[in-house]
Amino acid sequence: MNLATISWKNIRQRSLASSLTTLSVALGVMLMVAVLVLVAILESTFSQRSINYDLIAGPKGDPLQLVLNTVYHVSPPIENLPYRFYQDLATDKRVEVAIPLAMGDVTEEGGFAIVGTIPEFFKIPYAPGKDHDFRIKGTEFYQPFDAYIGYRVAMENNWKVGSKLKLRHGGVAGDHVHDEEFTVVGIIAPTGLPHDKTVYVHLEGFYQIQGHDKPLKEAIKREREFYGEAPLSDDEMAAEIKKIEAKYGVHDHSHDHGHEGHDHGHSHETPIVQKEVTSILLSCRTPIAAQLLAAELKKGFKAQAVNPIFPMQKLMNDILGPIKQLLVVMSGLIVLVSGIGIFVSIYNSMSARRREIAIMRALGAQRRTVFGIILAESVILCVGGGLLGLLLGHGIVYFAAPFVEVRTGLIINPLTFEKTELILFPVLLLMSVLVGFLPGMAAYQTDVAESLST
Amino acid sequence: MSLELKNVKKAYREPGGQQLPVLNIAEFKMKTGEQVVLVGSSGGGKTTLLNVIAGITAADEGDVVIGGTNVAKLSEPARDRFRAERIGYVFQTFNLLPAFTALENVLLGMSFGGQKADKARATDLLKQVGLSHRLHHKPAQMSVGEQQRTSVARALVNTPRLLLADEPTANVDSANQQNILDLLRKSCRDSGVSLLLVTHAPEVASQFDRVEKLSDFNRPQG
Repeated sequence: MNLATISWKNIRQRSLASSLTTLSVALGVMLMVAVLVLVAILESTFSQRSINYDLIAGPKGDPLQLVLNTVYHVSPPIENLPYRFYQDLATDKRVEVAIPLAMGDVTEEGGFAIVGTIPEFFKIPYAPGKDHDFRIKGTEFYQPFDAYIGYRVAMENNWKVGSKLKLRHGGVAGDHVHDEEFTVVGIIAPTGLPHDKTVYVHLEGFYQIQGHDKPLKEAIKREREFYGEAPLSDDEMAAEIKKIEAKYGVHDHSHDHGHEGHDHGHSHETPIVQKEVTSILLSCRTPIAAQLLAAELKKGFKAQAVNPIFPMQKLMNDILGPIKQLLVVMSGLIVLVSGIGIFVSIYNSMSARRREIAIMRALGAQRRTVFGIILAESVILCVGGGLLGLLLGHGIVYFAAPFVEVRTGLIINPLTFEKTELILFPVLLLMSVLVGFLPGMAAYQTDVAESLST
Repeated sequence: MSLELKNVKKAYREPGGQQLPVLNIAEFKMKTGEQVVLVGSSGGGKTTLLNVIAGITAADEGDVVIGGTNVAKLSEPARDRFRAERIGYVFQTFNLLPAFTALENVLLGMSFGGQKADKARATDLLKQVGLSHRLHHKPAQMSVGEQQRTSVARALVNTPRLLLADEPTANVDSANQQNILDLLRKSCRDSGVSLLLVTHAPEVASQFDRVEKLSDFNRPQG
């Protein structure tokens, strides 16, 4: 019979106290593991080079909001940029690829984010790594009212290729639903990225929705303001409007009229001045070109271009970092308190077990043997509790993953294993040795003859 | 295995700090395979003497020679090892561990003697003491007689050369008393083990050829 077996027998003899102390360690470790795993997921989600593009161009404002909105679709857009600005960037010699994005609406069913974009978006690997190429089951995305949907959207709304969908304006539950219908022409295979919960519609179709193209007068005014051009007089404005209407025909969707008998599903070209984009993804020819462009826009009028990594790193360092530290310290304290609980439990049991220790000594057990038996009990309780906590911690993440995903949009792999977890076990082992030392010494110093006579 | 005590002294320190002499034995001898009963008044030092012989308590002075080994001169770990390997001890209060079954209690005796746990031998011994039906019972589930028989099996499991029994029949009923005694004597006789048994029961002492009165050779004050 080895030490561990003898210790295990003693633990079982005090099953209630042993279970409770083990459970307290398990709960502490469970919390710590859950915190470590969830924070690791947040870090890897927000800290990695989350997209393949060098810059995100958007209106001046909070760079973090621009990134959160463009990449994660979890923050409202800052404002809009004129489409002409996108065209300027697309033809800039420093820019290799420019992808316009238009956001703000959600699906009528399920409230999934709507992103208007161009077909080229799907031909470029979105994020580093092969897994983040777009794999789409369906047909080409080229008609104005075509849509690609993420796999979570497809699953939750039970949509297939050919399904029809409508957009709720502004993403607010009480806001109106646009009449125009988009047709699902493809389903994006799971990516583990926000695409899974997004509906991509053709940018041209996005503009053709009633209210998405600004009234001509306002659109002209906004574009001139953006570029810092002098306002037009009434006559000049009327002439400009006339010129545009002559070129594109009259298709003002912004006026207030009855919907009956009006076909909003038709397609036509929207005047460029009436188009706006929320942000623009940019791939530059060289990293220096990207830096120069970002610096140029920073000095300029009403736009900015940010490297998506920096605002997220700032978020991690400024907010999530301290929160992580706080949670880890708190769960560490729980583990420490449960360690003290184990100490108290074993130490209290020592007076009752002095006779048992003496019996073992009388049978020939050496002092170091009985010390080892008590220490082994402490190790079994601490490490056993740690293992249980590890399972419970990952269990919590496993069961919480779908809820977190629904509430925050974060995609969580419940099998994520954080390297820091490996440190837990040496720490628990050290704690068990410290916790078991004093009771072990009490066993070591037991006076056999005296204990046997009482 | 023979036993020889020479000039063995042992005193305890009282709460007031004074020394209380308990043992002062000029000489005591036992031959190999001999069965000796030791009688004496309560508090006369019988248990202390057994503890000194077993190496549980260190003598203050003198020699305790068992089979040629002077136990009194051994270090504590060596005494522990010697006790585990060569000495069997049957206690008045059985001293079984409550968390362990009868079989495990017997195996425990082997664990500290550096032997590999021999389940077959432990089972066989328990069968010999009539406990084949109690192998997996814990002490609380056994009668006092069964508990003492378990402790006898535990004392014999390491094939000791000297068996010390401290009033082994004091806590068992009269029917079991003789069984235990017969069991101890026969087991020791069969395997040539020396037996030193402490009792204050005349009916027990009367069955032994050699009866020693502790006060005859122990003079603590002298």
